[in-house]
Amino acid sequence: MSEINLSPLRARILELSMQAREGHVPSAFSILDIIFVFYNKVSKRTNSDLDLDDLFLLSKGHGCLALYVVLEHFELIEKAALDGFGSFNSDFGGHPDRTKSPHITASTGSLGHGLPIAVGLAMSRLRRGVNGSVCCLIGDGEANEGAVWEAALLASQHNLNNLTCLIDNNQSGERAVHISAKLSKMFTAFDWEVLEIDGHDHCHLETAIFETGTVGGPRAIICNTVKGKGVRSMERAPEWHHRSPNPVEYSEFLKELSN
Amino acid sequence: MRAQFPSTTLDILSHDERLQVLLGDIGVFGFRHVFAKYPKNITNIGILEQATVGVAAGMALAGDIPVVHTIAPFLVERAYEQLKVDFGYQSLGGNFVSVGGSYDYAALGCTHHCPADLSLLLNIPGFELVVPGTAKEFDRLFRSRYASLTPTYFRLSERSNHLDLDVNFGSNTVVKTGTSGHLIIAVGPALERVLKACDGMDVTIVYCTTLNPFDYNTVLSLSPTHVSFVVEAYEGLGFDILGAFSARADVTFDVVGIPRAFIDRYGSFDDIDRYLCLDAMGIRKRLFNVG
Repeated sequence: MSEINLSPLRARILELSMQAREGHVPSAFSILDIIFVFYNKVSKRTNSDLDLDDLFLLSKGHGCLALYVVLEHFELIEKAALDGFGSFNSDFGGHPDRTKSPHITASTGSLGHGLPIAVGLAMSRLRRGVNGSVCCLIGDGEANEGAVWEAALLASQHNLNNLTCLIDNNQSGERAVHISAKLSKMFTAFDWEVLEIDGHDHCHLETAIFETGTVGGPRAIICNTVKGKGVRSMERAPEWHHRSPNPVEYSEFLKELSN
Repeated sequence: MRAQFPSTTLDILSHDERLQVLLGDIGVFGFRHVFAKYPKNITNIGILEQATVGVAAGMALAGDIPVVHTIAPFLVERAYEQLKVDFGYQSLGGNFVSVGGSYDYAALGCTHHCPADLSLLLNIPGFELVVPGTAKEFDRLFRSRYASLTPTYFRLSERSNHLDLDVNFGSNTVVKTGTSGHLIIAVGPALERVLKACDGMDVTIVYCTTLNPFDYNTVLSLSPTHVSFVVEAYEGLGFDILGAFSARADVTFDVVGIPRAFIDRYGSFDDIDRYLCLDAMGIRKRLFNVG
């Protein structure tokens, strides 16, 4: 897969956040490439792949602007619907809600919920013979949560070779619990197959996500990313975690993205 | 009542393969026939309640009907957020069957007590609450609701009423009609003690096995002037439910339940009943201000 310039999608994230005065922009920026690669591959499936039904579950719910703009890009949700992001009647808010859109697999936002749900989905699909993977995206900070490791234990116990956990390792949680450097060892200790890649490299992402695992169990793909990727003043800047750009900042960021 | 659960499940599985039972490493022996006959429909998932409820939600998303079973505090309190978000907020169907109730595990102490379970779940919008009083009632109520596509909590108890009633989900049952205007709502297995407590008293007794949705119509149709709510749970539950009457000038109400404090004694559940004045004699004193 050749690299695709996602600056227009980053610009769209900034626009939505500015208008709504809401959104976790740097978190969305760090996972945008991962989500885009997933949906790009799935959207290009031909008839021969029709029996494949890969599911994406965003456990790191506050990064949802990335998911929304990707769904919009692939025309799964309408621009007009997303224009109202964060507003009173909108179907798209600061965390994704499955009761408001069929393209949202689970309502997340409280960290640690998505991977157990993904395990349940994977268990059912394996039993029912549904082809395709369940891909769950968590954050490295989210991996502080005990429920993540309960799910990891279950996933290997039940040999869920149809489950992939993508970890957005943007190291934003390091100021609290130092887990980023341990993730590989931790997942390995739980008998997962572990890959570690550049989370902004589309070729590596596509290969890692869609290649078949070799050990017959679940896979963890540690995606090393930069929080705020794409806008220099946001990159690794904690003050931007839940801050929306004002119109002046928005204009400056657009210029930066267009360069 | 607890023994009925695997039996009911076994029978349902003979015609509905959507059921997926997740045991929190308890009741495994009791479910041995289900394990033997329907191994793909039951899992001893382990002692990880938050993930278990999440897994159940994933199964529900995939079209299964999950049934999660463990001791009440671990199911409800430890995994409360998963119940709230993964099931309540996502409007997913699932069945949550607890044992232990408020203090069935009296000798094990407070970590295994759960007098708050019903109150907590009442605060998750849409969560159905079922408190059967006998094994047959559980069987009837579970069969009627297990596939409801809403989250439903079934509170199993070590104690059962002697009276088996043809209860229906969402309906209260009139057990006795009096003339005094004093109406007593007895919830689930509390009925046995309420009947003894009210021996010789001119009261109306209404039996409740569904706390949410609560059947106010049956209560109001009997035109009570005073309603007492007897439940083996924190009293706040009763005030929450009867709060609907607070705007009415023609009905007063009170609650006989467990005061909001840790139960810091061991012994048997009969010992705790006496300690909390929730045995028949204690209930009689609290209802009628006698003794």
